[in-house]
Amino acid sequence: MAKKMKLSDITNMFAGMDVEALEGVTIEGDIELDLGGLGGGSDPMLAAALGQESAVLAQHFARIAGMFGYPVGIGGPAAAAPAAALAAPKFKDLIPAKFDVANMADWATPIQEVRIGNTSADGGSRGKAVHVGGEKALPFYFDAEMPNRNQVTIDVFDMRIGLAKAVKQNYDEVMDSPGEWAKKNVEQFNADMITIHLISTDPLIKDTPAKEAAKVVEEVLQAVDVPIAIGGSGNPQKDPEVLAKAAEVAEGERCLLASASLNLDYAAIAEAALKYDHDVLSWTQLDMNSQKELNRKLMKQCNVPRERIIMDPTTAALGYGLDYAYTNMERIRLAALMGDDELTFPMSSGTTNAWGARESWMVGSPLKEDSDWGPREYRGPIWEIVTGLSLALAGNDLFMMMHPTSVAFLKKATQTLFGSIEEEPVDISNWIAAEV
Amino acid sequence: MKINSPLQAYKYLPQTNCGECGEPTCMAFASKLIDRSGKTADCPPLVKEKKFAKKLAELEGLLAPEIREVIIGVGEKAAKIGGDDVLYRHKLTFFNKTKMFFDVADNMDEAAIVERVKQVADFRKFYVGNYLLLDGVAIRAVSGDPAKFAAAVKKVGETTDLPLILCSFDPAVLKAGLEVAKDKNPLLYAANKDNWKEVGELALEYKVPVVVSALNDLDALKTLAKTFADAGIQDIVLDPGTVPVGKGLKNTFTNFLKIRRAGIDGDTEIAYPILALPFTAWMAGIEDPVNASYWETVMASMFTIRYGDIMILHSMEPYAVLPEMHLVDTIYTDPRTPVAVDGAMYQVGSPTADSPVFFTTNFALTYYTVESDIASNGIDCWLLAVDTDGIGVEAAVAGGQLTADKVKDAFDKSTFDLKKDVNHNTVIIPGLSARLQGDLEDSLGASIKVGPMDSGRIPGWMEKNWPPK
Ligand code: B12
Ligand code: SF4
Repeated sequence: MAKKMKLSDITNMFAGMDVEALEGVTIEGDIELDLGGLGGGSDPMLAAALGQESAVLAQHFARIAGMFGYPVGIGGPAAAAPAAALAAPKFKDLIPAKFDVANMADWATPIQEVRIGNTSADGGSRGKAVHVGGEKALPFYFDAEMPNRNQVTIDVFDMRIGLAKAVKQNYDEVMDSPGEWAKKNVEQFNADMITIHLISTDPLIKDTPAKEAAKVVEEVLQAVDVPIAIGGSGNPQKDPEVLAKAAEVAEGERCLLASASLNLDYAAIAEAALKYDHDVLSWTQLDMNSQKELNRKLMKQCNVPRERIIMDPTTAALGYGLDYAYTNMERIRLAALMGDDELTFPMSSGTTNAWGARESWMVGSPLKEDSDWGPREYRGPIWEIVTGLSLALAGNDLFMMMHPTSVAFLKKATQTLFGSIEEEPVDISNWIAAEV
Repeated sequence: MKINSPLQAYKYLPQTNCGECGEPTCMAFASKLIDRSGKTADCPPLVKEKKFAKKLAELEGLLAPEIREVIIGVGEKAAKIGGDDVLYRHKLTFFNKTKMFFDVADNMDEAAIVERVKQVADFRKFYVGNYLLLDGVAIRAVSGDPAKFAAAVKKVGETTDLPLILCSFDPAVLKAGLEVAKDKNPLLYAANKDNWKEVGELALEYKVPVVVSALNDLDALKTLAKTFADAGIQDIVLDPGTVPVGKGLKNTFTNFLKIRRAGIDGDTEIAYPILALPFTAWMAGIEDPVNASYWETVMASMFTIRYGDIMILHSMEPYAVLPEMHLVDTIYTDPRTPVAVDGAMYQVGSPTADSPVFFTTNFALTYYTVESDIASNGIDCWLLAVDTDGIGVEAAVAGGQLTADKVKDAFDKSTFDLKKDVNHNTVIIPGLSARLQGDLEDSLGASIKVGPMDSGRIPGWMEKNWPPK
């Protein structure tokens, strides 16, 4: 088919001369001008204009045509065409531009750095300490170097509990021994920390006495030398007593006590943290103002020093409230960077909540109208990864996780953005033709 | 948007309070313009009367989003991208979800192309009253042969009316594709430093949106965008390159942040939607396909959150697609809109006096989850949404919005009579509200059965427990 070239610029040039039909001008392969659009009668104005300029125009025209790959016959066009015209080219040269963007001026307040775990230098027995916080910008942003990478603590429970199948198969043989379980998390699944959940202390579960539960904490401290977090059962009446006892047996190890919240005796937990040298996890439910209130109470009323506070503003799973959780964290972190010193603390996420989403554990969709959900053993881990990664981008520092694959991917993703992962460079320039 | 208060927008309105826009006053309409729930076109006098023409044009300039809106495709399924005004969703909301396009290679055989395209077009997941869907098809010119590419584009176009991206760096190949798809307004991928003149001409000639591509070079990217804009091309999409792993991925992430910050800060020369290519995960040499797919989802997540407006992806595995589409939905949900349904008695299917009675809460996520679980399994029933201020079952039980009294009130308000409207005087309650059972028996004077914890299990539960003995 004939190649055509639009000459709307000529149309513009002649706009004032009532020769609108010029947009019908087409160029055939050998740059003959087809001026059919002008109709039969010759327009004297146009004729005059074209006559005067035709030589110059023809030259320009040949150049442009050549540029676009049309064959150009020397001397041909001007002679062959009744009159020659040309388009001002749309593109001549690149118009150079420099890209520039400013750093955020109002991110002036750094996040508090918090250490979890005491090594022998600090009078503890941990092989290494974990540091979280210290950011001066949103995570992975170019405005300021991120001082500490994200950390992952893997759950251990003090009794056998119901878990999604995909999770359970990794832990089945160690679920009756918290020490072995903790070891497996560190040695095989690369946990930076261990969280021991004393859920059997719940009066509605086994009502294990605080003193007995504390022995499990000792067991875990002996089994592994990473820092640990200690969680209660979530029972607001019993947790303060359980955590206080656990804090006592773990004296000097700088554990993270999980959690102080507004609906229990947070002062008792704060007191235990100060007395036995631990950190406090300040947990509120998806509400920035409650988070400020609790942090304020911990600091002002209970005298917990800033370098011992980490916050858990609550994690909701992808599809089950992650929109709240994500934005709550992002707002908290932005407010902190802009100077709200009731919020300048590192954050922790109960990323395992992702396993509550039905997409991560149900065999298939209960809805016949849905497309097939595919095998669930692959859905669960990625649900935990995406939930965690989203919050990492919102500002979360410490992740409480369960599935080993999720841990591995979250670490790789966050450490890639942190900048510590070296890989062979991949040439993507011809991705279009990639064989996949 | 260059203005941010209703008062500023008000200055450009007719100020007659005629009410034709459906708002009582021009000032009320002005605030809708500012929160972007209304458009200038909704004010008839402003649009129709010649004397306002200048003000209308000025106002539209002021209201235009910082990031240009670009439309790909035609008709109902056209994909609109860009259009954002803020860097963080809580500051307003993000507009125009990140669009997920899946690749097709032009060297696949016809049957395979048709099958894959159908898979993309048909994939759906119900969520909060709607289906989450995929958005388009990106056709890659692997063959390098214009005829072959055109044939693939034709086949895809015959199979679906989803929008298309035509991918080649060879203008002749792109032109062949455009000839076949010229009435479909496809996105051209891509103009780069070598082919920009030819591809730019194609974009002008066929009046289609076009991607400018410069790998990890924001000066070059801006140069291309500026050159195209100067030539009258407005529908530009930016590709700063997406490197799948290592430092390259970190650079890519940084580029996305920088481009969007500059655009929102008012650098109009780079204020265009951004294209991300999680697809490149498949070029990183990750051997296990599940791991490669997971990594693609990881990349898609990063760029859904940080400023990718359109993505080209490869894995169609449900374990990849489901979390990706949910995350897009999560980030683009309007945080300003309430997420509750009206507290009322609803009929699912065509219930009779024999049909079961359930209650749930009026949190939209909860209500639609339960409603669809029941409806999809063909169960006719009465479903009461108890007004818990839009809180789900578990949180409402914990927070005191779901109590026996509340449920009783809800029945009373709905005028549904358990003694007359059904013949079994039985209510099935959510498993997570089991602790209300005793109180409910007292307050409703009915038999209370505790259903499963998750409404997805209602069908199985019904088989064993319904009708009541
Ligand atoms: C999002 C969330 C919130 C949001 C709620 C947003 C909203 N609009 O609902 C906010 C931030 C407001 C919130 C606050 C609180 N929350 Co909250 N929250 C969650 C979270 C993360 C997700 C809940 C959710 O939306 N689930 C999804 C919906 C669809 O589930 P659902 O409504 O229960 O419906 C399912 C089932 O109940 C069932 N179902 C529903 N209807 C019916 C009907 C029938 C007939 C049947 C058979 C089944 C059925 O099927 C549905 C689908 O699976 C959970 C933790 C988690 N599970 O991940 C905590 C959680 C529910 N919250 C909890 C708590 C304690 C609270 C607070 C009391 C905290 C506090 N001390 O302030 C407050 C209460 C606030 C209030 N009520 O006013 C606890 C509850 C513990 C308990 N069991 O007692 C949880 C489990 C967290 C925890 N582990 O501690 N929360
Ligand atoms: S239609 Fe226009 S002029 Fe009339 S009230 Fe609305 S904004 Fe004002």
